[in-house]
Amino acid sequence: MASDQQTPGRPQGRRAIARARRREALGRGWRQFRTHRGGMAGLGILVFFTLVALLAPVLFPPETISVTQATGELLAPPSAEYWLGTDDSGRSMLALLAWGARVSLTVGIAATLISMVIGTSVGIASGHYTGFGGATLQRLTDWVLVIPFLPLAIVLATVLGGGSTLTIIVVIGVTSWAGTARLIRAQTLSVEGRPYLERSRALGSGNWHQMTRHVLPNVFPLVLTNTTLTVAIAILSETTLSFLGLGDPLRPSWGSTLDQAFSNGAVSAGAWWYIGPPGLCVVLVVLSFTMIGRALEQIVNPRLGRQ
Amino acid sequence: MTESVLEARNLEVTFRGRGNQTARAVDGVDLSLGRGEIVALVGESGCGKTTLSRALLGLERPSGGEILVDGQPLEYSAGALKKHRRSAQLVLQDPTGALNPRRSVYEAVAEGLRVHRFDGDERAAVADALSRAGLRPPERFFLRYPHELSGGQRQRVVIAGALVLQPQVIIADEPVSSLDASVRGEILALLLSLRESLGLSLLVVTHDLGVAWNIADRIAVMYLGRIVEQGPTEEVLSAPKHPYTRALLSVVPEIDHVDPIVLTGEPPDPTAIPSGCRFHPRCPALRDGEAQAVAEDCRSKDLPVLSDADGHEAACWLTGTPAGH
Amino acid sequence: MAVLELDDVSVTYRSAAGPVPAVRGVSLTVDTGSSLGLAGESGSGKTTVTSTVLRLLPKSATVTGQVLLDGEDVLTMRWGRLRAVRWATASVVFQGAMHALNPVQRVGHQIAEPIRLHEKSVSEPTARARVGDLLEQVGLPSRVAQSYPHQLSGGQKQRVMIAMALACGPRLIVADEPTTALDVMVQQQVLEVLAERVRDLGLAMVFISHDLSVLASACDDLAVMYAGQVVEQGPSDQVFENAHHPYSRALGDAFPRIGDMRFRYSPSGLPGDPPFPGEAPSGCPFHPRCPQAREVCSTTEVQLRPSGERRWSSCLFAPEVGT
Repeated sequence: MASDQQTPGRPQGRRAIARARRREALGRGWRQFRTHRGGMAGLGILVFFTLVALLAPVLFPPETISVTQATGELLAPPSAEYWLGTDDSGRSMLALLAWGARVSLTVGIAATLISMVIGTSVGIASGHYTGFGGATLQRLTDWVLVIPFLPLAIVLATVLGGGSTLTIIVVIGVTSWAGTARLIRAQTLSVEGRPYLERSRALGSGNWHQMTRHVLPNVFPLVLTNTTLTVAIAILSETTLSFLGLGDPLRPSWGSTLDQAFSNGAVSAGAWWYIGPPGLCVVLVVLSFTMIGRALEQIVNPRLGRQ
Repeated sequence: MTESVLEARNLEVTFRGRGNQTARAVDGVDLSLGRGEIVALVGESGCGKTTLSRALLGLERPSGGEILVDGQPLEYSAGALKKHRRSAQLVLQDPTGALNPRRSVYEAVAEGLRVHRFDGDERAAVADALSRAGLRPPERFFLRYPHELSGGQRQRVVIAGALVLQPQVIIADEPVSSLDASVRGEILALLLSLRESLGLSLLVVTHDLGVAWNIADRIAVMYLGRIVEQGPTEEVLSAPKHPYTRALLSVVPEIDHVDPIVLTGEPPDPTAIPSGCRFHPRCPALRDGEAQAVAEDCRSKDLPVLSDADGHEAACWLTGTPAGH
Repeated sequence: MAVLELDDVSVTYRSAAGPVPAVRGVSLTVDTGSSLGLAGESGSGKTTVTSTVLRLLPKSATVTGQVLLDGEDVLTMRWGRLRAVRWATASVVFQGAMHALNPVQRVGHQIAEPIRLHEKSVSEPTARARVGDLLEQVGLPSRVAQSYPHQLSGGQKQRVMIAMALACGPRLIVADEPTTALDVMVQQQVLEVLAERVRDLGLAMVFISHDLSVLASACDDLAVMYAGQVVEQGPSDQVFENAHHPYSRALGDAFPRIGDMRFRYSPSGLPGDPPFPGEAPSGCPFHPRCPQAREVCSTTEVQLRPSGERRWSSCLFAPEVGT
């Protein structure tokens, strides 16, 4: 019947409707997002930091953060020339923060991406497959979850070769997915019990179809909200690892700046401009992700969005 | 009887329950569904009717007996199952739960096509199925989400999702019990009209004898894993032979009905099926002495599986030795 | 004597999209020892009406009119008085017995809870004895008090809910779809228990359901609601057998009389869907779905008026009765 009616005039029928649907959903989503004050504020903060990170080389040439070519006084308080003062090597704090945003955002987002992909796949698969495979994945999750983060991270970084940003990203990514996997597994189990999965099975669908078409869209809001938490953890983990000398010493991040502040006695010297701004940056970025996550959740979940 | 499109032969499905007890959910069932026939499978919750319908769809592996599709035994290889699921579709009780809240009507209906890698014009097929299910004009519904529809419209979407694959058989599990009263007739009328226009066979699983009276050609009454009475709807419902069917009919709320026969005793438990006739501990005919003459048989002699022959049969010692094998 | 009297009760919900009238001018009376069936589909306002009796509505609802419980206006009661009235004078049998019971408490404890709340002086053995007594009243052995909810079947749980509703000797019981989701056999048992209690204890009962046949067999009188209004009222057998409103007729026909060839291969339903609360059409709210609608139905405001002996209908074409 329908298969014979395919006319040359409408071969793109399926794709056209998919595109129309997506465009409409996106448009509607953006309109809803704009009405969400917290989400817009978060987006504003994130856009600001992203711009700063992208424009850092233009605004602050690389030599401004070089220890040997620093021009300012040591540990000088904010002044007209150095708006946020200088560090213990006489570098402009503003420049350090801008360059730090590059590393912190890159590591935070990239590591989170890895963590989310692994966590979501393992979580869905261990919830969907009830037999031996699911149980094995669940044990693996538990195992990663109970291993202390630091020793595992140090061993991994050593094996992968320390001292590069890429290593930090991979190390954080492959050590932080277990919590997500557990959460996603629980949600998967609850989705698995819904009648629409039964209906899909009765239609003859396979495991891949069920997982990608039914389970994934329904656990996705959880993935999104969890992402915001993981970004925060990833940025903090980057701090820790940089402090332990596993990061790239030539690229200052907010974390390593903070560590230097502590190890150089900024607290006892009363150099608040050395400690406060990097900390504030971490808090602001983490907060912006959280606010965006909450707004997105309301939009992605049609039932929540209506209330 | 017309040729059967879907048939259970001596079917058994067991589950391993708590404490290693075996629940015999379906315990010897013969049931066939002819081309273009509407059969109502009636029983209380826990009688095994849902398990039987799942087994007919290939969603449950039988532990004994077999399922015949167009006269051929159903294979349980992935490919054969997929083929079977294209020709036999399921419509669930609760349309709200049966639709993924995050997918639009279009996607819900097109799902079957995508699963089976339909290579024709998907949009046309979806539009056709929607309008057959009474959602016209179909384009208006493409981008709607389930929560934007009424209960009746949702059930129509579920039915369209089944129709889009052009199945031979639809198994509907309580298709109207969660719908508003005034909408329910419309959905039943839709199912009837699909039989007329597409020649579909329909198995309606329900606890509501009224639904059977509304649309079914034949009725099969199930109790504790067995079919205890089957026959043409008019005959079974106006002259029930089995005491269980009589009891079920007597409690249908109506204004001038006969005295309700309320069954007492333990609710049926598929992990402990009584010997003899499985209904005997609760049988009103045995309790009030009507079955005095056959009481010994009722308590100790197992009944054969009720054969799925033409005519009106009951698995009861009181009605004479039932036909069976 | 009237236990419950609703006089011109309207309920309006505030919402983001403006006020939503859920109930519009409903007047009902229930006497001792009698039962009133309230029929209607989802969104018809039947549950909202009964929620006004115990003032169980959310804060966003505004109620106007009068709700007299034993002659006392519930809507103007002080909070303390209201708490005393809840359960002691009027109690509710909720729909989802499966979810209304606490899974980690023994059934007996849960039945005794309202007794302890309302009669502080009651001693533990007395309370226990009363629980046993209540369970026997609803046809359960008193040892059920020691069970947890998961050990009971659906019908048994619904009986426990009834026992709980009877615990403080109320004058009025509101049963909100107490038999939905139960099998016919169990439904019959629960209906019998309820009818027996109403008769023996001289209670008044309001019974809510969308199934007109259940209501007709369980209640003396019937009120049929559509879009927040009562569209027909009268003795239940007459409303069920010979409706004066096309909507009641359609509701009655939705559940066929088995054996009546009129329904064989012809399930009857109505086109369209019930209107959302607050989106009721002009004129007679039922006219877009009505098989007998004429031109005037969409323009003439309708209200309940007498259509026979003890009968009322809002249909413009119902039998006229000289007043």
